[in-house]
Amino acid sequence: MNHDFVEKNIFVMLVLTVVAISFGGLVEIVPLFFQKQTTEPIEGLKPLTAMQLEGRDIYIREGCNNCHSQMIRPLRAETERYGHYSVAGEFVYDHPFLWGSKRTGPDLARVGGRYSDDWHRAHMMDPRSVVPESNMPAYPWLFENTLRAELTPKKMQALRMVGVPYTDDDIASASVAVEGKKEIDALIEYLQQLGLLLRHKR
Amino acid sequence: MSSFWSLWIIVLTMVTIIGITWLLFANRKSTNAGPDSTTGHEYDGIEEYDNPLPAWWFYMFVITIVFGLLYLAAYPGLGNFKGFLNWTQVNQWESEVAEAEQRYGAIFAEYRGMSVENVAKDDKALKMGQRMFANNCAQCHGSDARGSYGFPNLTDSEWLYGGSPEQIKMSIIQGRAGAMPPWQAALGDEGIVNVTHYVMSLSGREVDQTKASAGTEKYQMFCTSCHGADGKGNVMFGAPDLTNNIWLYGGSQGLIQRSIRNGRNGKMPAHSELLSEDKIHLLTAYVYSLSNQ
Repeated sequence: MNHDFVEKNIFVMLVLTVVAISFGGLVEIVPLFFQKQTTEPIEGLKPLTAMQLEGRDIYIREGCNNCHSQMIRPLRAETERYGHYSVAGEFVYDHPFLWGSKRTGPDLARVGGRYSDDWHRAHMMDPRSVVPESNMPAYPWLFENTLRAELTPKKMQALRMVGVPYTDDDIASASVAVEGKKEIDALIEYLQQLGLLLRHKR
Repeated sequence: MSSFWSLWIIVLTMVTIIGITWLLFANRKSTNAGPDSTTGHEYDGIEEYDNPLPAWWFYMFVITIVFGLLYLAAYPGLGNFKGFLNWTQVNQWESEVAEAEQRYGAIFAEYRGMSVENVAKDDKALKMGQRMFANNCAQCHGSDARGSYGFPNLTDSEWLYGGSPEQIKMSIIQGRAGAMPPWQAALGDEGIVNVTHYVMSLSGREVDQTKASAGTEKYQMFCTSCHGADGKGNVMFGAPDLTNNIWLYGGSQGLIQRSIRNGRNGKMPAHSELLSEDKIHLLTAYVYSLSNQ
């Protein structure tokens, strides 16, 4: 097969191009789908509750992951500040992942339990009230918006299809758990459970 | 990693490297299909030379291939092969931590046996404490430790849970959970207004005497078990002293009413799982020093 032939037969070129660029994925991505480290949850990992799940969706809607990562790298500088480095097994039930790639704000992978609920409320209403030098926007509407309880079971069903082990009971009781609650409460419940399973004393 | 996937990675990686090496060398010499070392292509009278890669460019490719091979020999990359350096992300992190422990551990060890009161007189310890405070405590208590609405000021002599070194350390280690229940149901709207007037009178403010005396009875019934009959509070429950003019949640009539109506559940997170004992010791000393200078 010479140059001429490949250049003049666009379909052959297409196939060969796909073959050429697929090697990287075949080597670096495909094996990960079959590794215990990436497919098995770490001990104690549970699917998010109805409220936490709604909180996560608010986290996504407000674009928190544009400024906050959820990925602590195994570097001392990071573990000193944020705690134990992240491991793949913590994210098995995450769809999509919210690792992020930009830290305008601090990493949130282990923010759970670090601040009180009251602090989070004050911080979301007006970040400057607790951290004067913060450049985070305020999110006052979270205190007014009510969650849409009718959607929660559907979200859980969708997640179950991709492997999150929600039981029928979880899904049946989801709407009740969320009914009438404010968005801020869901978001705080989500934040307060982040990264509690692995601890590293600094 | 199973040996299948290990082999999968090794074979594909090596095939790729051999393939690109072949491609590079196979195109080294031009084949000159047309006249005058052109490719024979001609578009609107423009012809294309068939020159090989410039040498510097060619050797750059060779260097990257050699680098890749050396890298794969030294570091983990080929399936289960660990590489000659035995490097992993985790052992790099562990050695960083061990190195830091060796370097900084001794500095902390100096203060380990000292009492909090004595550490609080040591300038170096206080500087260290201040930095740790900025990293771990300032988000709530403020970088000047003066607190804000709902977060206690640590620089005055007023302590919800006690200001002795032991009590401060306990607050850091175990955290604290305020537990003032809501009184709307028990007191009703009028009761809340009356108790508010009584509470305000405790700190010597001008109040409506009839309302305050109506509130006294309710106060005796519901509030004394935590705040005490004299309103001096109780560090066991973190019940604040109501007789001074320090108000965590605001001392205006409206805000006191709100505290009584809805209750207050201020929470300090526990730090025993987050910070080492040595660091908590220094932080305790720093916090202690703020009000004991």
